[in-house]
Amino acid sequence: MKRSNLIQPKALFRVFAIMVPLLLNFSGGVAASAAQHEVSVKVEASVPEASAAHGGEAEAETPGVVIMHHVMDSHEFAFEPFGAIELPKMSIPASVPFLGGLDISITKRVVMLWIVAVALVLVFTIVGSRYKVMGSRKAPSGIANTMEALVQFIRLDVSKANIGHGFEKHTPFLLTVFMFILFCNLFGLIPYGSTATGDINVTLTLAVFTFFVIQIASVKAHGIVGFLKHLTVGTHWALWIIMVPIEIIGLFTKPFALTVRLFANMTAGHIVILSLIFISFIMKSYVAAAVVSVPFATFIYLLEIFVAFLQAFIFTMLTSLFIGLATAHEGGHDEHNTAAAHH
Amino acid sequence: MLTSGVVLLAGSLLTPNPGLIFWTAVTFVIVLVILRKVAWGPIISALEEREKGIQSSIDRAHQAKEESEAILRKNRELLSKADADADRIIREGKEYAEKLRAEITEKAQEESKKMIAAAVDSIDQEKRRALDVLRNEVADLAVKGAEKIIRTALDADLQKKIVNSMIQDLSSKRN
Repeated sequence: MKRSNLIQPKALFRVFAIMVPLLLNFSGGVAASAAQHEVSVKVEASVPEASAAHGGEAEAETPGVVIMHHVMDSHEFAFEPFGAIELPKMSIPASVPFLGGLDISITKRVVMLWIVAVALVLVFTIVGSRYKVMGSRKAPSGIANTMEALVQFIRLDVSKANIGHGFEKHTPFLLTVFMFILFCNLFGLIPYGSTATGDINVTLTLAVFTFFVIQIASVKAHGIVGFLKHLTVGTHWALWIIMVPIEIIGLFTKPFALTVRLFANMTAGHIVILSLIFISFIMKSYVAAAVVSVPFATFIYLLEIFVAFLQAFIFTMLTSLFIGLATAHEGGHDEHNTAAAHH
Repeated sequence: MLTSGVVLLAGSLLTPNPGLIFWTAVTFVIVLVILRKVAWGPIISALEEREKGIQSSIDRAHQAKEESEAILRKNRELLSKADADADRIIREGKEYAEKLRAEITEKAQEESKKMIAAAVDSIDQEKRRALDVLRNEVADLAVKGAEKIIRTALDADLQKKIVNSMIQDLSSKRN
């Protein structure tokens, strides 16, 4: 009994030691050929997409290309290995003024945006109708309670805390931005999905909305004259030639920072997960898959769920902070310092 | 790895895509409008109403507490006042009773003195009347005796002696 107990771990260790080189494909064994087969299937499946995305250009199917293809927009909604749905390509007729000839093809990201929009409208129609029925005397439950926690957080801790006076006007915009980004981020984590907020065009558009909201709030709070005076930061007129351009650049850096932050965060997470998965293909090894790829990718995936909330919060938080700074009535200098500290 | 760099440099990841910008703007605005109407309005108004409700409940609780404290204070005051009143009434009652007792005693003493005096008076009167009656009786007896004597023996000297001795007898008896 005692002996067998001593021997068994040793025997197992020996078996493992023999298996490792096999699995790691040092001698080109059976396991390795299986791994190779997997990779080749994968490569074959993604060849048509790659050619579609790059206009039929014959390109080597390296992991880098696959990853880049994954984090980019495409004209089809692929469900590997079940096939793909071709999405319609279209453009605004040339006769329409201003926007004539604009390519408005329905891409994968547009479909994701619409899925998110439908989900948002569905969820919040349910929640809103619950509140209409419920009245103020009863406590919310279920989905209404869940959403109330988020709504209260954005309303009080983000909107009210940063904007202060007159925060009610901006709360709906902030709530929508938060929920929109959050849902985009989370839907991007579902397999076959695509993160709409991982596209710089989407984040840019959201940041442009933010930019306009900030400037309109500023003009409303100070008037046109006050807004222009704000650009001089109350310095001597001789310094205006330096201060005014800096302030004007400052107006644009805020939304630019928002754009890049959200885009980069969402894209980076996906690239990291895919890179970790590709480690097993590059090494052509099940051990690498079991020891590195799957656990690390799972960890990053969980981290991504957190990042989805975090980035939605940061975008909303900074938006409300900028609105608060733009509408603040007292003291021009401290607010610029705090804004600078956040960049 | 080189190709990924090429893709990045070709700007695929950062290429502006006007169509996506257009659709994002349209989608976001529609979502904003719908949610504002369907969700944020009712939710925020419900939350504000609840906040107000909670605030008013707290205010009311504070008010009720203050009121009850005021009532308690008032009750205590009333109680202490009632205690004082009761003490005062008892004291007054005792004093009154004391006074009444003294008065009654005094009156009774006076009354008894008066009665004693009256009794002494009436005793004197009775004594005097009894003496008068006795005197008349004695005079009658004397007259009757004299009459008898006169009828039996009209001897002047003897009679005189008899009368005298009798008077003497009477007077000595009286005293």
